[in-house]
Amino acid sequence: MSAISASDVERVFRQEYGRAVAVLVRVLGDIDSAEEAVQDAFTEAVRRWPSTGLPPSPAGWIITTARNRGIDRFRRESTRQERHAQAALLDPGHLGHPGDLGDEPSQDGPVRDDRLRLIFTCCHPSLAPGTRVALTLRLLGGLTTAEIARAFLVPEATMAQRLVRAKNKIRDAGIPYRVPAEAELPDRFRAVLAVVYLVFNEGYAASSGDRLVREDLCAEAVRLGRLLAELMPDEPEVMGLLALMLLLESRRAARTTPGGDLVLLADQDRGRWDRELIAEGQAIVRQCLRRDRPGPYQIQAAINAVHSDAPTAADTDWRQIVALYDQLLAPAPNPVAALNRAVAVAEVDGPQAALSLVDALDLGGYHLFHAIRADLLRRLGRDAEAAQAYEAAIARTGNTAERDFLRRNLSALGPA
Amino acid sequence: MKQYLLSMYQPHGDPPPPEVLGPIMRDLEAVHQEMEAAGAWVFTSRLHPTSSATVVRVEDGEALITDGPYIEGKEHIGGFVVIRAADLDAALEWGRRLARAGTLPIEVRPFLGEYEA
Repeated sequence: MSAISASDVERVFRQEYGRAVAVLVRVLGDIDSAEEAVQDAFTEAVRRWPSTGLPPSPAGWIITTARNRGIDRFRRESTRQERHAQAALLDPGHLGHPGDLGDEPSQDGPVRDDRLRLIFTCCHPSLAPGTRVALTLRLLGGLTTAEIARAFLVPEATMAQRLVRAKNKIRDAGIPYRVPAEAELPDRFRAVLAVVYLVFNEGYAASSGDRLVREDLCAEAVRLGRLLAELMPDEPEVMGLLALMLLLESRRAARTTPGGDLVLLADQDRGRWDRELIAEGQAIVRQCLRRDRPGPYQIQAAINAVHSDAPTAADTDWRQIVALYDQLLAPAPNPVAALNRAVAVAEVDGPQAALSLVDALDLGGYHLFHAIRADLLRRLGRDAEAAQAYEAAIARTGNTAERDFLRRNLSALGPA
Repeated sequence: MKQYLLSMYQPHGDPPPPEVLGPIMRDLEAVHQEMEAAGAWVFTSRLHPTSSATVVRVEDGEALITDGPYIEGKEHIGGFVVIRAADLDAALEWGRRLARAGTLPIEVRPFLGEYEA
């Protein structure tokens, strides 16, 4: 039997926290009590496991211990006060109550459903988007308040307060703990995917700070994406989001120099791309194509799969990429997607055609709009205008690595 | 069961002409009947415009009376409905129906405490 260290327990914590909290929220009917009980169970694990060894099912052990602790705590508190209210809480009818409007009755499904319920609670539209992200990372990802605060560059006290307010709102406003009814599902579901993709994007191109990539956030988003894929394998967009994140993640090592400088897709050393992630992402994209129920995440994944297919940048099938962007833009205008489409158009029809597309977009506040314009102007030999556009891009990015990259491009323009 | 306050926010100014307001009031009445039939309806009230409001406050033990709403805004609460609902989703569904019928934003806010079904 190998020795169990605190870091082993920490690993189990990270892996099983969400599952345990999800079950306990159902059992105890309250997020705070659930978190406390799970915390208690892990404290017990740190004390016990080094001598007893890892139990056969660490998750099962944690959940059982947390349940016993939670119910104990609950009884202790009931003897003191609020006996009445507490009794109401233990009433199974309290958990997952059927709504007034004829939605499905509660279903005490397996653990799987508990996590799904918790995700929908964390991503409820009545919570602010930033709060949804923080709650999801805290309750499902098992990140500490300090880690979430660091990831979003806010003081820990601010993040702690945000989480407390959110949990209070869930309790006081009666945000239900259940998978939404069929009619609301598509909207609610988009909110969940958006939260996971937000986490990924914040990790992939940190909006501020010194480092371009925050590996921890990307990894967390991929983990949440895998969880969603496991919970909702029949939703093509869930699979699309996972594939998209895997394909983007596969280029992480090549996206920055050892010194932390940004390397554009065209200049990346493709030998450093993670072949395993690419294979997994592409397999999912092919699955999605066969299913033929396309959506924005699947199409974006397909665009990235085209890039992954090209052994060198020059081999990229840009026509295919333009066609995919056309498909992405068909249902509704989306200026950011249109900007990316213009980048592909530059490769097919040249920078002049792309520039007229870019100039028609109303994206003046977005640093990449100016960066892409700058690059097109540079390729057209209009250096003075390119310089202005680089300046505009530099002024609008909070990320140090991106700013350095733009500065290098700016100083490379024309005679120094 | 919880109780929720559904407040209807309306812009300042004259109400829409009867040919517009008539159908809106009919639609609102229909939602109320649905609420009653579902056992969700508790109380409804409509308010006079904020120009009819008076503020009372106590300063140094004296009650001061002043004209006007306490908070000046572009919108004011024109009326409200109190409902009982199992949870926020159920309350929001009523809010959605009211907003659609009344063509105005609805704020949904929980009352403190739980209530008997």
